[in-house]
Amino acid sequence: MEINAFLKNFADLLDDTDAALITQETVFRDLDEWNSLTALSLIAMADEEYDVKLTGDEIKSSNSLNDIFEIIKNKA
Amino acid sequence: MAAFSVHDIAIRGISCSVPKNKELNVDLDILTKEEIQKFVEATGVEERRIATKDICTSDLCCEAAEKLIKDLNWQKDEIEILVFVSQTADYILPVSAAILQNRLGLSTNCVAFDVPLGCSGYVYGMSIIAGMMKATGLKKGLLLAGDTSSKLLSKTDKSTVPLFGDGGSATAFEFDENAEKIDFDLGTDGSGYKAIIIPDGGSRNRINEDSLKVVTIEEGISRNSCNLVLDGMDVFGFGISQAPKTVKKLVEKFEIDIDKIDHFVFHQANLMMNKMIVKKLKLPVEKVPYSLKEFGNTSSTTIPLTIIAELKESLRNNSKDLIVCGFGVGLSWGTAKIKLNNVVISDLIEI
Repeated sequence: MEINAFLKNFADLLDDTDAALITQETVFRDLDEWNSLTALSLIAMADEEYDVKLTGDEIKSSNSLNDIFEIIKNKA
Repeated sequence: MAAFSVHDIAIRGISCSVPKNKELNVDLDILTKEEIQKFVEATGVEERRIATKDICTSDLCCEAAEKLIKDLNWQKDEIEILVFVSQTADYILPVSAAILQNRLGLSTNCVAFDVPLGCSGYVYGMSIIAGMMKATGLKKGLLLAGDTSSKLLSKTDKSTVPLFGDGGSATAFEFDENAEKIDFDLGTDGSGYKAIIIPDGGSRNRINEDSLKVVTIEEGISRNSCNLVLDGMDVFGFGISQAPKTVKKLVEKFEIDIDKIDHFVFHQANLMMNKMIVKKLKLPVEKVPYSLKEFGNTSSTTIPLTIIAELKESLRNNSKDLIVCGFGVGLSWGTAKIKLNNVVISDLIEI
């Protein structure tokens, strides 16, 4: 699993956010577009692209996109 | 493995009843206009039917049952089993099925009990009533399934209010040696019991002086401990993985030719989740009806309500194969392959 592909997959979930803002260090919760529905899209993306079931607790305890990436990588 | 078939039991008719009272999601003041638009786009829910204070689930199911009995031209004293599937019974005790037996004027020689399941409850209820009729030889039975979830919600919880609507259903079963078998796959994962829960009011946490204290969980979500709590993220993860699994299991176990299934009726959870399930199963979208837009998530009513609202024409004087699948609170799931052969589909009742 590769970080740039993951970041692109994440950027694809968003409509109004500049893809340049999506980096490993991005605190996804601080994005204007982040809300409970984006969280569901993230769970769907992890399931579809990596066959990984992300839990609510895992998302809640993560800060940066790299944290999410590591969780998915370890579960894949 | 709880995958099994029940022979000799036919479904004769289905009817549903919803409250007249409509609530539109655009009118909600707990969400901003922008949030509402995104919410509707993602969940597919535009309006919901909400029971007024004096209407309970049993009232909706009672109306649905009366109409169905009339449309089928059944005699009430022929009905030997009544199963009421609901999480919004009239009282903590006795069971509402007993109250309904009397209200409907059914014989006192009638088996009647409640099954407190939710989203998976319609399929579970079918397996219970069909299995019991097959085992005992009881000739005619009624499955009443419904919920008035709106009574359980905090009006200031944006994570639940815009999703749930109220409704009740009645489905008629009859012993018939010529009936095609019904195939079931049922399952449970209680490790997720907290994903959809009402914490207080049962015997684990009796109602106490703190139960009705309103707590703010986050912006837009405040509720007390007798209100429904929904962990949207975990329920979503569960739905998109478990629903495709149980459908696949049923199809493989019973060697069902999936191309010959006319309609796939899923529990109406939310559009995003349902679309994902359909995509994973690679089902043709035209075979998958939705009633989310007008009714939202009506718990164990979603499957019969979707059949009535969307498939009435297709089923009229016809024989169709359906796969129905419910999943949710428990966590619990059930899938069934049913044949609907010339079934009576009653007109939707509004009370």
